[in-house]
Amino acid sequence: MSSIGTGYDLSASQFSPDGRVFQVEYAQKAVENSGTAIGLRGKDGVVFAVEKLVQSKLYEFGANKRIFTVDSHVGMAVAGLLADAKQIVETSRSECADYRSQYGSNIPLKYLNDRVSMFMHAYTLYSAVRPFGCSAIMGSYDPIEGPAMFVVDSSGVSHGYYGCAIGKAKQSAKTEMEKLNLANMSCRELVKEAARIIYLVHDELKDKAFELELSWVGEATGGRHERVPKEIFQEAEKFANSALEDDSESDSEDA
Amino acid sequence: MTKRVNTTKMAQFGSDAFAAKSFWHNGPAPGASYNFPNMRSSSGEEEMQRSQTPITTGTSVLGLKFDNGVIICADTLGSYGSLARFRDCQRVMKVNNNIAVGVGGDYADFQYLKRVIDQKIMDEHIADDGFALKPKALYTWLTRVMYNRRNKFDPLWNNYVVGGMQEGVPFLGAVDLRGMAYQDRHIATGYGSYIALPLLRDAADKNPNMSLQQAKEIMEKCLEVLYYRDARSFPKYQMAIVTAEGVTVSDVLEVKSNWEVAHMISGF
Repeated sequence: MSSIGTGYDLSASQFSPDGRVFQVEYAQKAVENSGTAIGLRGKDGVVFAVEKLVQSKLYEFGANKRIFTVDSHVGMAVAGLLADAKQIVETSRSECADYRSQYGSNIPLKYLNDRVSMFMHAYTLYSAVRPFGCSAIMGSYDPIEGPAMFVVDSSGVSHGYYGCAIGKAKQSAKTEMEKLNLANMSCRELVKEAARIIYLVHDELKDKAFELELSWVGEATGGRHERVPKEIFQEAEKFANSALEDDSESDSEDA
Repeated sequence: MTKRVNTTKMAQFGSDAFAAKSFWHNGPAPGASYNFPNMRSSSGEEEMQRSQTPITTGTSVLGLKFDNGVIICADTLGSYGSLARFRDCQRVMKVNNNIAVGVGGDYADFQYLKRVIDQKIMDEHIADDGFALKPKALYTWLTRVMYNRRNKFDPLWNNYVVGGMQEGVPFLGAVDLRGMAYQDRHIATGYGSYIALPLLRDAADKNPNMSLQQAKEIMEKCLEVLYYRDARSFPKYQMAIVTAEGVTVSDVLEVKSNWEVAHMISGF
């Protein structure tokens, strides 16, 4: 970042001579420091998993959750500044409620994504505000339209995905996803894979404690976004741990 | 000159397509010099019509506590004045896993408030904090909403009967269009307060700890009598039962009625 200190990074409403908006890029840095969050879209739903880094032993278990239910049929996993993310969640919730009061049905994720990404984008346009230091994965399931998943980042750009990752280890998580045939997998399979990927990309040396968060929305939950039930959660965690052990064994054989 | 003044004066009435056309041309516009009755005042304040009367209505709602739960019943008729207009107006609703509500009065007002309540319940599910609305909370909230609207002289024209389980104990309360509210072991609104309430009181006095089955039978009897005597009633009804196990709202059921003696009725 040789262009830092040239004075073009003071405002979100000013371009640098080479066409960049530094404030937005700094906001994206905030996301990259956060624990990883992933979303997997299969044939019958979407699964979310979050590596929630626990900064202190003094926190209650389950505090500062990073997966949110936005509407009965929409889930959101976030990375970046949690306070900023909660603002996005709140905005999304009121958009969902607004859509329902006007049209009497659940908001299609496509429309929610449009509204939320335009909201985030608006915060990259004015000098009086700063961009959101967070990125969000939203996923939903509709019995007719099937599953849908989008990622929106600090700049307000959004894309649809089958598999996506945000936060610290997004690269290695994406590499891992590419090995899977996501579009043809069921939620039950995806929950295990999601847990495995989070355990795999977690860096024990840099970050010690973390909690796994798992949620899903799909056929299995009747189209509602819910946290993964205890038994399935434990099963997935077990699968993740044993996959890791197998991995390290084969590594040592190679060596 | 006069013309120009007229156009500016007209602009105040302007956008309203229903406003009366001017009485004559080249003169002052109606309302410009005088405030004609039933015309918009020149203060610029919007006129509005408040609810004077319900339109499509449901009749009585019945509620009864039994030893470990609550029953709420209402028929499915939507009356348009005295016309039996809509035959499938379901007005017993499950709110969440421990509340059911029965509603009488204006059906549109109920539909409006139902939306508000449904969103409220969804917001709670979304909050994901393990708490759920309890019947007394909904009952109290309803008193606030209803009282607030009556203070605007624009009431929601309904009777609400709230039933549920509050800390494992059956709860039954009613709220009317003025925000007046009370709790009781049995509740009947509208015509039912004349016809069904004495039957319910009698049954509850004789058998203070009635079972679900006994309570059901009394409710069915009340609905039957109401069907005979209330000209706005209907033989199809729904029954919601709330116990510690949860809320069940029945399908549309039918009152067993017997009109064999009807030919003997005369003199009206």
